[in-house]
Amino acid sequence: MTNNVNALKKLAAQIRLGAMEAIQARGFGHVGGSLSVADTLAVLYGAILRVDPNNPKWPERDKMVCSKGHAGPAVYAALALKGYFPYEDILTLNQPGTNFPSHCDRKKTPGVDMTTGSLGQGTSLAVGMALGDRLKGRDSRMYLIVGDGELNEGQPWEAFMFAAAQKLDNLTVLIDWNKKQLDGFVADINDPQSFAAKMEAFGFHTQQVKGNSVEEVLRAIQACEEVKGRPHAIVLDTIKGAGIKEVEDTFSNHSMTPKPEVIQGWVQILRDQIAAMDGGVFDA
Amino acid sequence: MPKIVYDGSLDPRTFKDVIGQTIIRLLESDPDVIYVDADLMSTIGTYKYHQEHPDRAINMGVSEANMMGVAGGLAASGFKPIAHTFGPFASRRSFDQVFLSAGYAGNDITVIGTDPGVCAAFNGGTHMPFEDVALYRAIPTATILDITDTVMFKTLLPQLIERPGVKYIRVGRKQNAKVYDEGSAFEVGKSIRLREGSDLTIIACGIMVHEALQAARILSEQGIHAEVLDMFTIKPLDVEGLLHSAKKTGAVLVAENHNKIGGLYAAVCEALAFHHPTPAACVAVEDEYGEVGPQDYLQQRFGLTKEHIVQVAQDLIKRK
Repeated sequence: MTNNVNALKKLAAQIRLGAMEAIQARGFGHVGGSLSVADTLAVLYGAILRVDPNNPKWPERDKMVCSKGHAGPAVYAALALKGYFPYEDILTLNQPGTNFPSHCDRKKTPGVDMTTGSLGQGTSLAVGMALGDRLKGRDSRMYLIVGDGELNEGQPWEAFMFAAAQKLDNLTVLIDWNKKQLDGFVADINDPQSFAAKMEAFGFHTQQVKGNSVEEVLRAIQACEEVKGRPHAIVLDTIKGAGIKEVEDTFSNHSMTPKPEVIQGWVQILRDQIAAMDGGVFDA
Repeated sequence: MPKIVYDGSLDPRTFKDVIGQTIIRLLESDPDVIYVDADLMSTIGTYKYHQEHPDRAINMGVSEANMMGVAGGLAASGFKPIAHTFGPFASRRSFDQVFLSAGYAGNDITVIGTDPGVCAAFNGGTHMPFEDVALYRAIPTATILDITDTVMFKTLLPQLIERPGVKYIRVGRKQNAKVYDEGSAFEVGKSIRLREGSDLTIIACGIMVHEALQAARILSEQGIHAEVLDMFTIKPLDVEGLLHSAKKTGAVLVAENHNKIGGLYAAVCEALAFHHPTPAACVAVEDEYGEVGPQDYLQQRFGLTKEHIVQVAQDLIKRK
């Protein structure tokens, strides 16, 4: 665990590299949404979550539910770097019989706290788990990552209303506001207006930060500790495809099938970034 | 063994009272049991308990999809959740959540869907599930019960919450005929022979058990001896009990308060077709939507009475 910003930046780059190497091994995958959320995963697994990779089902652990389950490659990279399983395992992404499916599956992957992928459903599950932990008297925190496109669904808003009514202050919702969904810009397809205003109106302690800045994400998550009696929301102002300029600049970057030499180029960019970074080797 | 006390009279207790009392007894005897409802606590007598124990009996409001997901999350936290709402909302309204957030994700939950089929009566077609069994049957390894009387309900719910997977109970809230004596034991997946016969087998569940027993009496006066099985577990189906009776009688009539597509009749036909092809027929809803009215009117309207069973039975045995 570390609060060292340089170490977290390096971890975020390593998560990006892991996600891209997993996707490279299969040849296609959810590139944009895996990259946009990498910094948040780095902060969670590098600095925040009380978890034990040797005991993934430790009941008192903090939990992380990635309701935008298609960010599986980034989650798997974070879990591998944290020490849940060998890094090479994630290169079996979406191969027949793999334990690393495109969308997160708690029955297959050690460290995945909940099965997600059908958008919206992870929200209620996470709220139920946060409520269950409180009722069991556990001092556990729940971090729920949702996508902005995912919030087209109605179910998350049912879950948010209920979480606020139950005063679930052990819950932090992290909205990956990367501005794009499969078909295009979120604002063009079904404009959600302000997520921050909505979460505030739902009764959440709400912050909005630059979501591809580990410093800002870390500070915002730490600030949640000080606020009791309400669930927390952090709107992460992110870029879909963040960290690889060519992906950021590609309009349709939700699921991509890059040419082998193209994705090899992305992997090399990330390797070069990591080699040039301070922070040493991440120590789980 | 179940002790049969059927004489055609009504159960002295309403399901409404027994459902609520059974849930509350489980909550009080097992701290891992938790109960969630979607603003229908007052319909099964649990609202007062909720006011006193809001952390054990949790009112989700009118949000069935969220309720099933939260129930799944509570299961992941180590609880044995019981979720209640009316049948249509417990099935088609929240099907994807039950399928994925509970079933696929490995979160074991028990769902009670009240007012199945024509029992929805004055709430009408919007509230009248003729397809809930069909939906739940398509969930891998789900357990599905259609409850006959109050003794059966209060005996089986404690068993059901300990079973793995998705469990669905369809049960009315009014009075059914009393069939089983206090203290009767029931086993999930094991049908009960209520009447012996040799000419045909009538397989019934839920409110249709009473109709089947009355029909069997009428048929016996005509010299037709019907065997009656209470197939209260629709999934897993008691194939052994079905085949034992079908081989003896050579004709099978299924009576259910459900669309003829996808329910008990379909399950029975699938088993017979593979193991022992047998002439079969049903008394069930003929692929229609529901409508409003008193239950006795609706049973006439959709062909779910003892007279319909007698008619279909007479035609069926000619096909033997």
